[in-house]
Amino acid sequence: MTKSQISLRGRDILDLQGMDVPEMELILETAKEMKNIIDRDIKKVPTLRGKSVVNLFFEPSTRTRTSFELAGKYLGADVVNITTSASSVVKGESLRDTLLTVEAMGVDVIVMRHEAEGSSHFAARAVKPVIVNAGDGQHEHPTQGLLDMFSIREKKGEIAGLRVTIVGDILHSRVARSNIWGLMKLGAEVRVAGPRTLLPRDMDRLGVKVYDRVEPALEGADVVNVLRIQKERMQKGLFPTTREYARIFGINKARLGLAKPDALVMHPGPMNRGLEIAPDVAYSEQSVIQEQVKNGLAIRMAILYLVLMGGTNVEAGA
Amino acid sequence: MKLVLKGGRIIDPAQGMDAVGDVLVEGGVIAAVGGEIDTRGAEVFDARGLVVAPGLIDMHVHLREPGQEAKEDFASGTRAAAAGGFTTVCSMPNTRPAVDSAVLVNGLIRRAEMEGVVNVKVVGALTKGQEGKELAEIGDMLQAGAVALSDDGHHVANARILRTGFEYARMFGGVIISHAEEASLVEDGFMHEGAVSAMLGLKGRPAVAEDIAVGRDIMLAEYTGAALHVAHVSTAGAVELIRQAKARGVKVTAEATPHHLALTDEAVVGYDPATKVNPPLRSREHVAAVVAGLKDGTLDCIVTDHAPHAFEEKDVEYRYAPSGFAGLETALGVVLTELYHSGRFTLAEIVERMATNPARLLGLAAGSLKVGTAADIAVFDPAAEWTVDSAKFYTRGKCTPFEGKRLKGRAVATFVGGRPAMKNGEVIG
Repeated sequence: MTKSQISLRGRDILDLQGMDVPEMELILETAKEMKNIIDRDIKKVPTLRGKSVVNLFFEPSTRTRTSFELAGKYLGADVVNITTSASSVVKGESLRDTLLTVEAMGVDVIVMRHEAEGSSHFAARAVKPVIVNAGDGQHEHPTQGLLDMFSIREKKGEIAGLRVTIVGDILHSRVARSNIWGLMKLGAEVRVAGPRTLLPRDMDRLGVKVYDRVEPALEGADVVNVLRIQKERMQKGLFPTTREYARIFGINKARLGLAKPDALVMHPGPMNRGLEIAPDVAYSEQSVIQEQVKNGLAIRMAILYLVLMGGTNVEAGA
Repeated sequence: MKLVLKGGRIIDPAQGMDAVGDVLVEGGVIAAVGGEIDTRGAEVFDARGLVVAPGLIDMHVHLREPGQEAKEDFASGTRAAAAGGFTTVCSMPNTRPAVDSAVLVNGLIRRAEMEGVVNVKVVGALTKGQEGKELAEIGDMLQAGAVALSDDGHHVANARILRTGFEYARMFGGVIISHAEEASLVEDGFMHEGAVSAMLGLKGRPAVAEDIAVGRDIMLAEYTGAALHVAHVSTAGAVELIRQAKARGVKVTAEATPHHLALTDEAVVGYDPATKVNPPLRSREHVAAVVAGLKDGTLDCIVTDHAPHAFEEKDVEYRYAPSGFAGLETALGVVLTELYHSGRFTLAEIVERMATNPARLLGLAAGSLKVGTAADIAVFDPAAEWTVDSAKFYTRGKCTPFEGKRLKGRAVATFVGGRPAMKNGEVIG
């Protein structure tokens, strides 16, 4: 590995919009080594022994929380989960006070998932431990963005010059926003496609190409990233029926045929099979959906390691 | 008791005056204005290098009495006003309970006399409880001294209610102030809808929601022949609709806030709850249109929409923070910095929009330095540079999107009925 001049030690990981290319490169490179650890028979390394990580989740989550939990544990950190379905406001305690309480216990990293956009920025201003954003409302989900980039690089080598099409509910998607910034910074052409009612107004001004039909957006794509459609959006009148969505916007074999023959199919999960993605696409040779989960673990290990230890030599602390 | 303000630049658009000279105050009223005035037997205020203007009038503030005194009350709110150069403020009725009866109007006027250090005028609710369903006792409130009617905070969604409100208020010469945002388009919206909201993932309040509401309200004012005042105009579309309506002779007036004149939606990046306000901070082209509308007279006055909140209410995630922030103590500085020092407005144009016009619009015996009128005077130093520090505010709402900003121009003295209410930033009384 090339020696890196930069260090992420103590750096809050809030969004990819505010992350420099060398910082993203460092995380992606470090994650390669982390992935090797996951493949070992005995996974646990003592690198983060004596460090503590709190998963502070204000929204239900299985895969992201488990992924962070295992990431910390494989590296030897103590990991505690605090899950509360009700928002801090409903509960009566303010977010600041919850954070101060966690801080007072001497925690080194707070991994936070919260339904309000900018809540991780709030946390970063409020307390000293490193804040890792595990999804803030509809804003960003930076570790998902990085794991998607990692998955693409693993199969395609370089991100620069690739055409990546993100399909679905862009308006409400923190995954989309993190992907957009990360991929654009690394030189990809990013296309977003979905019903006009689920595309943010003026999205094109961020530098992406916006399509309200999926077919032209898929043409020549190297990567198709399919987002989850939440049925509550239909109840709010943003699209008529799941049936119509599946017929007009769902990614099936025929539509996927418009992309390059070796195009990757991605999905952040959990999938609605038969709605936004057809099962034969989800389980096809082109799909890297399971691999994304594993890569997510590697990315989160890399981030915990880098923000706590700063270096690039994984077993330096052993 | 005689007071002479000596050697200041007297700017009084109501008399077409902009000249260096003295002002004599005797018995709480303006006794002479302009030229050199004999100071024998008089207290002298050295106004050399300063601007002497009619006290500023803010026709849109939230003093939070009754019911929300943790945010503000008459004592704190009027002290903030005095600190900012204001001698008259109009208190909006979205209190707990809403000010929707003459007894409340009367009570507040008395409370203000007891607690306030500047003049307080009361705006009554248009509908009972500001619920938008039944008209409040408009006639009774106007006769008790209410200066206007408003359901500010909400748009009057029901067109029939607004229509009857216009017809009814017109009998008494009452003006209706409208908070114009079409509710169904701004539900759960936290900021201007555009490229910045697309980036931040915050649900938007589109400009068209304001345009629709302003358009409908103008049509109803035109149809009924009543007087409409559009609160805190923030969109290019609304400015144009008002411009066209004025050209047709519709009785419509309008206001703009310092924050909509000075800040764009870019200020929301970073999710500081201090930037959350309704209508929201807009994009650059809207800000330019509001400034242009204020310049050409489409928008008549500048108001603060001073909307203080308690610390703990604003110290939360962006989406949970209440909208609004303090404005009385930053308004003059922001306006002078953005409009005067940028060369876009003259000082006389600014005084006109912050004193002369609001007085004329509400029929107040204020807003000028004419001989015989109450000596409500603002003295300000257009060249004074200062840094906004909310910890030093008199208001309880220590939250502002201008925190830490360097401003040029601020009030240095405020006189209310000849009595000094503020000198060198220190409120007296």
